[in-house]
Amino acid sequence: MSTVRWVPSWDGERFALVALLCLVVLLAVVPMARLAEEALAPGGHVDLGVIGGVLKSPAVWRAAENTLTVALGGTVLALLLGGAFALLVTLTDLRGKKPLVFCFMLPLMIAPQVTALAWIDLFGPNSTLLGALGLAPPVGSQHPLYGPQGIILLLGLEQAPVVFLAVRAGLRALPRDLVEAGQAAGAKPWRIVRTIVLPLTMPSIAAGGMLAFVASIGNFGIPAFLGIPAGYTVLVTLIYQRLAGFGTSVLSEVAAISLLLALLALGGLALNAWLARRRDVRVTAWSSATPQWSLGRWRAIVAVSCWTLLLLVLVLPLVALLATALVPAIGVALTPENLSFANFRFVLFDYAATRRAFFNSATLSAAAALMLVAVSVPLGYSLVVRRAALLRAVSFTAELPYALPGVVLAIAMILCLLRPLPVLGFSLYSTVWIILVAYLSRFLLLALRPVTNALQQVDSSLDEAARMSGARFARRLTTVILPLVAPSAVAGGMLVFLTAFNELTVSALLWSSGAETVGVVLFSLEQSGDTVSAAAVAVIAVVITLAMMLVANALASRVARGVLPWQP
Amino acid sequence: MAAVTLDAVAKRFGDTAAIDGISLAVDDGEFVAVLGPSGCGKTTLLRLIAGFETVDRGTIRLGERVVSAPDVHVAPEDRRIGMVFQSYALWPHMTVAGNIGYPLRAQKMPSAEIAREVASALTAVGLEGLGERRPAELSGGQRQRVALARCLAMKARVVLLDEPLANLDVHSRARMLEEIAAFRSLSRATLIYVTHDQAEALAVADRVAVMEAGRVCQVAPPAVLYRTPANGIVGRFVGAGAVVHGEVTTTFANGHAVVALFGERWRVRSASGQGIGAAEICVRPEDLRVAGDAEGFVATVHRVLYQGGRTVMEVTPLVDPNASLSLSLPPSEAKPAGTTIRLALVDGWVIPNH
Repeated sequence: MSTVRWVPSWDGERFALVALLCLVVLLAVVPMARLAEEALAPGGHVDLGVIGGVLKSPAVWRAAENTLTVALGGTVLALLLGGAFALLVTLTDLRGKKPLVFCFMLPLMIAPQVTALAWIDLFGPNSTLLGALGLAPPVGSQHPLYGPQGIILLLGLEQAPVVFLAVRAGLRALPRDLVEAGQAAGAKPWRIVRTIVLPLTMPSIAAGGMLAFVASIGNFGIPAFLGIPAGYTVLVTLIYQRLAGFGTSVLSEVAAISLLLALLALGGLALNAWLARRRDVRVTAWSSATPQWSLGRWRAIVAVSCWTLLLLVLVLPLVALLATALVPAIGVALTPENLSFANFRFVLFDYAATRRAFFNSATLSAAAALMLVAVSVPLGYSLVVRRAALLRAVSFTAELPYALPGVVLAIAMILCLLRPLPVLGFSLYSTVWIILVAYLSRFLLLALRPVTNALQQVDSSLDEAARMSGARFARRLTTVILPLVAPSAVAGGMLVFLTAFNELTVSALLWSSGAETVGVVLFSLEQSGDTVSAAAVAVIAVVITLAMMLVANALASRVARGVLPWQP
Repeated sequence: MAAVTLDAVAKRFGDTAAIDGISLAVDDGEFVAVLGPSGCGKTTLLRLIAGFETVDRGTIRLGERVVSAPDVHVAPEDRRIGMVFQSYALWPHMTVAGNIGYPLRAQKMPSAEIAREVASALTAVGLEGLGERRPAELSGGQRQRVALARCLAMKARVVLLDEPLANLDVHSRARMLEEIAAFRSLSRATLIYVTHDQAEALAVADRVAVMEAGRVCQVAPPAVLYRTPANGIVGRFVGAGAVVHGEVTTTFANGHAVVALFGERWRVRSASGQGIGAAEICVRPEDLRVAGDAEGFVATVHRVLYQGGRTVMEVTPLVDPNASLSLSLPPSEAKPAGTTIRLALVDGWVIPNH
């Protein structure tokens, strides 16, 4: 086809398209390509020596084995917890579903390092809470959670919400008549669940398991807090320790390990995509089409059990965290006269590093959220409404920085930004800006998905009517598209802020003195033994997370369905 | 200046030719309905004129200006064509007045002037005082009027209507057809109206273009289309009645012919230059009458549809069991299914064979 002379030749849309295309390529394609290049062809020519050396290293193999052990263990636990909870919430008349779901989703929203710290504070020999009850393990004994068992437990708790969301979506899409046919055939509820519901939901269960597995192999906070003290290394902590110990001289080697980790994750994601294609794509209403079986006299017992379990795995650790944050020093008993807010004062006002970290994390997260929301609206519009072909072809890569382990992205960012920038002539490495760039890359998908969700529910004739009215790109975007998707875009921005504020994996590798994040100071306070200050930082992070979730809830009714994960 | 001229326009989507060489000249101020079954390409034709799709071959001109050609494409926002969408496409976050004034704001008209134009458009469609409502608070008919008012306010010289009655109930349709006719006399715009409902097309349009498989079969005023369909497709699609196989035995210069049909000879209308031989004959319900005992042909009644004032009977001639004819009688004269009836042709049309 000959080139078409568009009249008028320029209305800003194609400029925007080119800019968006460049942005996606720079944020998603370039870092991943650079990582692969460094691992397979360091210095520009193919040299499999580095990756071969990595593959021969017993330490790497041990870490890979440990990674698979804890990720698989965590996935099994997440499947049991998340699957059972999804069945209860969707199929029965369980009491108080809304608050239960909100609390069940919390472990996903609270930073893994905060959860890890809370459990350490709960069960350790120095446990303030157990100490107050006289139940603490003897001083000097190893923490019962250090090692694979603790990592598996916390990974399972953190990823159970992921499985829950996938299974719930599968159950909701279940054609009602298939269940009713079973009932008409005289089958009791439990038989229907076993013979009809579970087999039909299996693809969703498997998909939830895959997502939990991929997230588990990339988790840094939990194995860093529970594995490193016990000498139990997984691939993520191995990369961290190599880079922290030897600096950028081992970049090629850690790039190769990262590539292995990325391939492991990609394997899981590819399996998930394959399962998604095999999934039945019958479209059914969101309304509760699934049966609501009465739990009968079990109703109260099941509700109490659910809350008891949540109390044990969610509330109790957080209370332990709070108790630790309220005592002046570790080992001091929590009594009314010992109780003090000195740790909070210290981390918020007196200690420069934590004060700076709160400021850095808040501004970095807010900046990333604002920039990504600003990008996601025109990007979502071009992808969903205008169906820009080239952009659609490239945009799937935006999934990679979010789906792959954060450590992989961090290494890719170092590789891209270590050397001075081409035109500007200075390097972003060991400045706060490298963290911002990494956040933009990693969380683009979080901001984009709510917008594309919302736009898919918008009739494309609304945009076409504006075009017929003579409105150009920028006017349509601001007067038609933005008002329609604003609530979802804002919710997406809040998700970005929440996730970035609680993030440790990326900044653990990218931080530099003066550019600490909340996750980083939490980690270094705990490593240096200042548990009470770490607990205070963690409590503040939890409070901010909860506050953001409640603020986002205020938007819930105007946000596209499925944007806020904790919404029923 | 607001004539719409399509010249050999073609558009492919992958392997399928959505529009397969269409030439159509719509005069300034003319009302043309594009009629065809779903999937015939009529919506694609509308989107080509609107500028949402580019042409592969041919040209589209608005007045003298080429807006679409293989190497030229004027963006929809620069064509100043109005469009009434099937969904009406009212922006839910704007008021009715906001919707109607939107094209004017896009033209950067001063706001006092916009208010005046919006008020007069609202009056013209009978929605005075509803300017501050939201589209969600309006009925289906009122929403369509807002969509019409939006075209009116932007003073579009060409307005495209995409199945505008599809979302309305049967009772609102007749009223909205009147609204569209009123809109037309008010705006004096060129109207292109896409529909699959022939009753709508025949009722309102100056000319009807019948489409089938990406081509235009015939463009003609409704009465001409009905009386003299250009081919079997048009004959079957427009109006009730049947197209049956017969043989032309004699032709006359005055546009008449004698055809052999159901074992008898009948005088029917034909195009000038009609040749002798096998032909398709279009027989409308009003072309048939109940015949006396000695004349006509015998047919079996196989379906009877009571329709209030009239009863429609579908019949099959004994000598041609593959043919099916329909005729409409007062209910008192109708016969039950399974009986036979003698029929005669009072008129008919020999479909020209090209």
